[in-house]
Amino acid sequence: MSGFSEWTPQLIQDEIDALKHKPGALLPILHAIQNRFGYIPSEAVAIIAESLQQTRAEVHGVISFYHHFRTSAPGSHTVQICRAEACQSMGARSLEAHAKEKLGVDYHQTTSDREITLEAVYCLGNCSCAPSVRIGDRIHGRVTPEKFDKLVDTLTTRALEVK
Amino acid sequence: MSTKIFVPCDTTALAMGADEVAARIEATASARGAEIELVRNGSRGLFWLEPMVEVETPAGRIAFGPVEEDDVEALFDAGLLDGETGHPLCQGLTEEIPFLKKQQRLTFARAGITDPLSIDDYRAHDGFKGLENALKLDAQAIVDEVKASGLRGRGGAAFPTGIKWQTVLDAPAEQKYIVCNADEGDSGTFADRLVMECDPYMLIEGMTIAGLAVGATQGYIYLRSEYPVAHRIFDEAIARAEAAGYLGDDILGSGKRFDLEVRLGAGAYICGEETSLLESLEGKRGLVRAKPPLPAIVGLFGKPTVVNNVLSLAAVPFILDKGGQAYADYGMGRSRGTLPMQLAGNVKRGGLIELAFGASLRELMEDFGGGTFSDRPLRAVQVGGPLGAYLPESQWDLPLDYESFAAVGAVLGHGGVVMFDDTVDMAEQARFSMEFCTVESCGKCTPCRIGSTRGVEVIDRIRAGENREANLELLTDLCETMLDGSLCAMGGMTPFPVQSAMKHFSDDFKR
Repeated sequence: MSGFSEWTPQLIQDEIDALKHKPGALLPILHAIQNRFGYIPSEAVAIIAESLQQTRAEVHGVISFYHHFRTSAPGSHTVQICRAEACQSMGARSLEAHAKEKLGVDYHQTTSDREITLEAVYCLGNCSCAPSVRIGDRIHGRVTPEKFDKLVDTLTTRALEVK
Repeated sequence: MSTKIFVPCDTTALAMGADEVAARIEATASARGAEIELVRNGSRGLFWLEPMVEVETPAGRIAFGPVEEDDVEALFDAGLLDGETGHPLCQGLTEEIPFLKKQQRLTFARAGITDPLSIDDYRAHDGFKGLENALKLDAQAIVDEVKASGLRGRGGAAFPTGIKWQTVLDAPAEQKYIVCNADEGDSGTFADRLVMECDPYMLIEGMTIAGLAVGATQGYIYLRSEYPVAHRIFDEAIARAEAAGYLGDDILGSGKRFDLEVRLGAGAYICGEETSLLESLEGKRGLVRAKPPLPAIVGLFGKPTVVNNVLSLAAVPFILDKGGQAYADYGMGRSRGTLPMQLAGNVKRGGLIELAFGASLRELMEDFGGGTFSDRPLRAVQVGGPLGAYLPESQWDLPLDYESFAAVGAVLGHGGVVMFDDTVDMAEQARFSMEFCTVESCGKCTPCRIGSTRGVEVIDRIRAGENREANLELLTDLCETMLDGSLCAMGGMTPFPVQSAMKHFSDDFKR
């Protein structure tokens, strides 16, 4: 469901080689790796550093600076809840509490069945129809706790084939 | 004859179910043997009506909203395709909806009317006329036109755009860059997103004109990763503009070159600060640079660089088409032209409101917004994003212009207005401002990095009733240190919401 591939050093090298000619290539490379494998494996740091003629410290520093980049595998779905002011004014604080209780995890954690990773986000630009939640590349507006449950249940419910 | 039906495709319409509504409309039309042409237009920015379905009629487009999937059958039964207006979701002629009719749309003139990716639509609505004019002018004449418009940077700092361009034009260099700041991180703002999703060619045109004006051949749009829809639409628009000869090595046969590329941010609010953005584009941590040197002299990869907000660049095609004076005819004082305000949070009718400078906040929140979504009394409003002050009712009659806001220690910023009802706890909001700064500080300067952490702790003590008076004094002092001692606006403006909450809502700190 998550659609991520298993990484190998060669596949990581392929992603780097496709982009390293670009000026300021490091962020595009990190995005490409995360898009394909779901996260940036620690082993990738040395490969990137070598390819870009940078130090591993520099590469690690960039990865750790940006909230978007993750260094461990996420669940099948990443659910982001907006914590910013427009959503706060429409009940985002109680939605956050509800979501953590429903999923049994805190931010940056993944449910024990590896289905859902919960993340915080600061603004999805859907501020007139708050509160907002992002699942994958899909954004949802006016998310009440009931709507949240429905969204999450759809993610984790597998259709059974009746023969 | 087929009937044209419009279902918007911007983030908010999609978030409210526009794809499902569009699919149901097609299925219903097909089941009933009705011929329709379904257009996925941009949004008009009337977000409380999204998904807002429009039907073309001889009298003009008629709007229905907010439409849910399950309303579609009933809408067809009520004569949707025949221009019937009896259904309860009918809003009448779109152009006559007061929220839209009362606006002065220059930058957003096309938004929601056209198919965002159709170059023919764009051209049919004055698109690329500014670029055609610019190609006939020399660089200095383009810069002069922008100066005459009085346009000031719409990202928040309000620096005169023409002067910035002049500096880059005058800087001798082999390579120069145009960088568009589309890292729209302020809560309550979505105007940049709307430009990129609903009228992307306008930004492409504005950046190309900027390139011609200063002698830059490469442009980058630094887009936040939180905007997947804008990313998809804008990338496609660049590809189509290249194919049609509006970008590339021979723009419209002029022999002039300009290339564009979208670069994705990675969830760092600080990268909306221009020097941090440049570091990020160079593939580094988004640490703020000390200024001077200005990016106009030493910018991206050390070269002279124009860094402009999406809205600043999006205003340029109008200015080069209709003339700088036509733009300057709108506005008040030193704030010329229009400002796209964004009404958000606890509001009944939220959305995009483009008006000439000078309207009051109250008009915006009451006449346009219709009060709070919760129907409870409005208590506080934060203007200008997470670094903007919270304004109490006594300040709601301020005219929306840069100088009037600055006079009371507030900012217009990028035009975001977030409304809160009377259930808000302003001490909790003040705490969040400091907390946000701890999460998003780049860490380069101490007042911001450490000050925000101490700020959260002190506010926690105040809210717990620990040595309240002494801690309030300490917080006041800390705010001044951050304000005076920080390298950039992150640490330097985080105190604005905190101080305004303490000043205007002091009771909330004593509960």
